[in-house]
Amino acid sequence: MAGGKEVRTKIASIKSTQKITSAMEMVAASKMRKAQDRMALGRPYASRIRAVLGHVANASAEYQHVYLQEREVKRVGYILVSTDRGLCGGLNINVFKAAIRDMQSWSKQGVGVDICAIGNKAVSFFKNIGGNVVAALRDVGDAPEEAQLRGPIKVMIDRLAAGEIDRLYLVSNEFVNTMTQKPQIRQLLPLQKEEDEQQHQWDYLYEPEAVELLDGLLVSYIRSQVYQAVVENKACEQAARMIAMKSATDNAGELIDALQLVYNKARQAAITQELSEIVGGAAAV
Amino acid sequence: MAMTVHCDIVSAEESLFSGLVKMVVVSGVEGEIGITYGHAPLLTALKPGPVRIIKDGGEEEVYFLSGGYVEIQPNVVTVLADTAEREIDEEAARKAREEAEHALRSAPADIDYARVSAQLAEAEARLRTMQAIRKAAGK
Repeated sequence: MAGGKEVRTKIASIKSTQKITSAMEMVAASKMRKAQDRMALGRPYASRIRAVLGHVANASAEYQHVYLQEREVKRVGYILVSTDRGLCGGLNINVFKAAIRDMQSWSKQGVGVDICAIGNKAVSFFKNIGGNVVAALRDVGDAPEEAQLRGPIKVMIDRLAAGEIDRLYLVSNEFVNTMTQKPQIRQLLPLQKEEDEQQHQWDYLYEPEAVELLDGLLVSYIRSQVYQAVVENKACEQAARMIAMKSATDNAGELIDALQLVYNKARQAAITQELSEIVGGAAAV
Repeated sequence: MAMTVHCDIVSAEESLFSGLVKMVVVSGVEGEIGITYGHAPLLTALKPGPVRIIKDGGEEEVYFLSGGYVEIQPNVVTVLADTAEREIDEEAARKAREEAEHALRSAPADIDYARVSAQLAEAEARLRTMQAIRKAAGK
């Protein structure tokens, strides 16, 4: 029987792969639910603080904090959020592509780029292609904590305060829904002014002094935005992995069906051949 | 119509309150601030302490905040809390206060004065909040 045995082993091996991918799909589905909950819990704070800082940017303050000054751009910083592990479709690649495209447009203008890589994939990606990685965080884990992120964030904020970078961007995936994740690049600092809705000039009363207050508030703002991005990216990762594993399981099923057909045909051909040999032999007698 | 102001209280973990209120009383670093409709824009840091919300009908709600920031716009008040608690563990707060007081009194050489006094302030603020909650409930 030509090839029958080989086909059978192949089917068996694909079946065991299928078992693994379907198990991974289920694990990702349950992790995704938790990650989504975490994302939903953090959202009100992140969006509120963003709204507040939006107001701060619009206020015509007598004191311009160093984090808020629009300077001539000579060097920019990127905080890039990625996953720890692979097997999640094009999730990381899409983010890297978006980031690289943005970085290239800066380098064409002769602007340097500093990178803060969060997640194993980003760290190894920039190790491979090169790039000025000034801070890195590996092994973020399934339940990221804000405290983990403080170190890398501090590196970037310190650079901004020292005038080594003039702008800070955050690159991560946006969780649209389970099927769709979109890479997004947001400017964190300096704050971007919204279209002025109020015409008159106004400023806050500050308690205590504006310097101290804005120092603390802006650091809280950056931390909350990065934390939220990491948590959201986690939800994206699990969703993307679930979808990737689902299609892998489906593909394995199709492959098994096709191979089963090949196997049956081969078996049938062998039987037919044997029969015709017998008939031919009997006729010769 | 009563003058009301929209108030949002969010902490890093959850959103505690969102709605129209008559007045919000927060513990700013430079003293308590009562905020009603039409307050001038103000930004302030918070110290540990209670935040009291007085709703349109006069009902009160009190939460404990461990610190954070308040942003005031004429018609919106946003409280960004580091952590917030609805329920206070009185026992634990008392114990924390005693420990901190003890540490300050015995004053060992290696004492981290700033940390211990912050701990003491937080425990006391918790207990004050406790009383405010009781008062609000008793009304």
